[in-house]
Amino acid sequence: MNGLVLGGTYALLGIGLTLIFGLMNVVNFAHGEFYTLGAYAAFATLGLAGAHFVAAVLAAIACGVALGAVCELTLLRPLRAESIDTTMLVMIGVWITMQNGELLLWGGVAKSIPHPFPTAPLVLGPVSIAPLRVFVLALAAGLIVASYLLIHKTQLGMAMRATFQDRDTAALMGVRIGRIHTATFAFGSGLAAAAGALLGPVFLAYPSMGDLAALKAFSVVILGGLGNLPGATLGGLLLGVAEELGAGYVSSGYRDAVGFVIIILVLLLRPAGLFSKQERIG
Amino acid sequence: MTRAGRFVPVLLALTLPLWLGSPYFLHVVIMAGIFGILALSLNLLLGYTGQLSLGHAAFFGIGAYTSALLTLRLEWSFWLALPCAVAASGLAGWLIGRLALKLRGAYFVLVTISFAGVIALVSVNWMDVTNGPLGLPGVPAPALGPWSLRAKSVYYYLVLVAVLIAYLVCRRLVASRIGRAFVALRENEALAESVGVDVTHYLVLAAVVSAAMAGMAGSLYAHYTRFVSPEVFLFSYTVTMVIMVVAGGKGTLAGPLVGALIFTALPEALRAVTSWQWQMLAYGVLLVLLVFFLPRGIVPALAAWRAWKAP
Amino acid sequence: MARVESALTLSVRDLAVRFGGVTALAGVSFDVHPGTITSVIGPNGAGKTTAFNAITGYLRPTRGRIEYVGVPLTGLRPSAIAARGIVRTFQRTSVFPSLSVADNVMIGLHLRGSAGVLDVLLGRRRRAAEESRLAHDADGIIEFVGLGHRRGEVASELPYGEQRLVELAVALAARPRLLLLDEPGAGMTTAEKAAVGRLIRRIRDQSTTVLLVEHDMRMVMGISDTVIVMNHGRVIAEGAPASIQAHPDVIRAYLGSAGDRD
Repeated sequence: MNGLVLGGTYALLGIGLTLIFGLMNVVNFAHGEFYTLGAYAAFATLGLAGAHFVAAVLAAIACGVALGAVCELTLLRPLRAESIDTTMLVMIGVWITMQNGELLLWGGVAKSIPHPFPTAPLVLGPVSIAPLRVFVLALAAGLIVASYLLIHKTQLGMAMRATFQDRDTAALMGVRIGRIHTATFAFGSGLAAAAGALLGPVFLAYPSMGDLAALKAFSVVILGGLGNLPGATLGGLLLGVAEELGAGYVSSGYRDAVGFVIIILVLLLRPAGLFSKQERIG
Repeated sequence: MTRAGRFVPVLLALTLPLWLGSPYFLHVVIMAGIFGILALSLNLLLGYTGQLSLGHAAFFGIGAYTSALLTLRLEWSFWLALPCAVAASGLAGWLIGRLALKLRGAYFVLVTISFAGVIALVSVNWMDVTNGPLGLPGVPAPALGPWSLRAKSVYYYLVLVAVLIAYLVCRRLVASRIGRAFVALRENEALAESVGVDVTHYLVLAAVVSAAMAGMAGSLYAHYTRFVSPEVFLFSYTVTMVIMVVAGGKGTLAGPLVGALIFTALPEALRAVTSWQWQMLAYGVLLVLLVFFLPRGIVPALAAWRAWKAP
Repeated sequence: MARVESALTLSVRDLAVRFGGVTALAGVSFDVHPGTITSVIGPNGAGKTTAFNAITGYLRPTRGRIEYVGVPLTGLRPSAIAARGIVRTFQRTSVFPSLSVADNVMIGLHLRGSAGVLDVLLGRRRRAAEESRLAHDADGIIEFVGLGHRRGEVASELPYGEQRLVELAVALAARPRLLLLDEPGAGMTTAEKAAVGRLIRRIRDQSTTVLLVEHDMRMVMGISDTVIVMNHGRVIAEGAPASIQAHPDVIRAYLGSAGDRD
């Protein structure tokens, strides 16, 4: 059950990254930092007197979206013509900057993010789970659904999908590629921030929480296939469940290794991802 | 550079411990040397074959742990442990090289990060062997017959020789048919294949040499600080390595060394002034600025400036 | 028409390539005889470059056999095929962009050197001799294609036509016995094409067999000994230039597909 909670948030991380990586061909090493930012933003918001938990999550998303847009406009857009290595290095720079910025602003001691839920677990049949986690799962699910709606039902989403499938044709059809890029990056970052705001209270918030989160996001993307939204969702859930099972059966120290091992195995055996049906032509 | 011009720095380097005064500065130079070897190794992959490995800390750590364990637990001599450490990381490099055959670009980077992550987790969790987070204290210093090389002024020479070896290996490789093959792979792999460059062979070769060198640096590090812990796998080491290579000048031979000197001395100089976090923050900003303004690095920029000044 | 040749250079039998649901080559058979210039022509999408890719190991064929001087090539990697003397150029300009012309050609000479890891790390004199020999050879090739005045220039900064000459020089450096040229005249002026045509003839005169894909009919008919016509992944005609020009199937193929030509 906990696996699903984790999985839901991993799915959020994965959806954001698969869009960024898939659509913009940017290796967003800073993705984890937006996650961290989300957690700290939630923390900061809750610190303001009487802020509601949901408001904190929304504030986190807003921060993610805003900073994501800024990053894309100032850093990524000028480098669009450069090779993927160059953008990788820039995003690594952003990663380091953001992480140490957070370290300086909030200190290295882990912060506990307060939440309004009772700590006594709910018992649903054979499963007992903390109400907070139920809320997190519910909100994550909601955000996933919202993402789907955005991608499939709105004009922006359609433009994004078109750009992903065939950039040149999309441009010819009048899609403003630059705007789509900014929107994609902002959207992805916002989702990451949401994930951070949701998982922050479950665990603790500390500046390097983003590192592992980023890696797991990459695992999910690789599992599900680049640009593959349902793949990312399923992948996220799979990873969450796999981690819980792994921690239970193998050893909790190695739980994070699950993500790494997945990356290595999938890339070696099925580079297109587990859920990809498309065959690349040429 | 004129012969006299070359002679002076060589003399200075050879007599460094005599004129450098405080052991603290000597420590900085030794660390710069060790990182110089690391930077050279990363440069071989990144600058020449064009593959970015963010897992070089894994090779560094494997070298450090292998050397430490062999001398601590099995009481081998340093002079035997060092080649073993080099071999062990070389083997790991071989593995990564074979993995790289199928992957390029971002995917390769991810695999290297994952590899480093797994190794790091193993070192933390495999308590029986690695003593987990507590690390391995008391790694013996190397000895040459009856003389111990423990003292900084003596260890300096060991590191100097190692740096020279690393530099020579790189230079010989780069100036040869092998180096050309590396560059060909970076510039246009399909074209390289069409004229007979065996991609497998050369990528694996680059990975093995690169990893082996990093392992050598690891062993030197272990016997210098005489303590090895999972901290060697800290991502900040990898980041520092990358900055050294990128800032110094990837694809050149002097670049990584210059980068290593600057980015070992700089933190020490800044330490008095600011905290470590500000420094890493500055690194992050610096990396971004470098990509925008000095993409080829300091050494090529200097060379270009010199060429521009004297037409 | 059966021809008994003891040393057929290249023999392609029933070569087929499919990706997903697309059949790029539907079973192609032809021979390339030593010491000749053979051109492959056909409308866009006929499968010409696909055939090249399959022959040189960049694509795995779905079916079929490719043999060179009796030795099968199917399944070999491009670098192994190059080692057997078959070198190709690419449809889109393919050079080593940030390297000089001389360095480009030096890479082309890769197979002509033999220095291995140990040689490089230890040996000195033998390596130095080999390096100077290679540099000398490189100069010769650069002069042959007429780029002597561009020796030290960075390849990506050269004008288009000269970049294609660099490409040719790199391929020649690998001392091919069979040279596959993918659209050597593409994007060139008439004068440049004529020069390339002359070069190709000189290459053939030096005992290198040439197989080329080209769209420029005048160039093709002017230099080829044999012309092979492809359409829809099949060979529809093969023979001397004059007979091809009059071949009804060929005329139909070109007129019929006039709508989608470049």
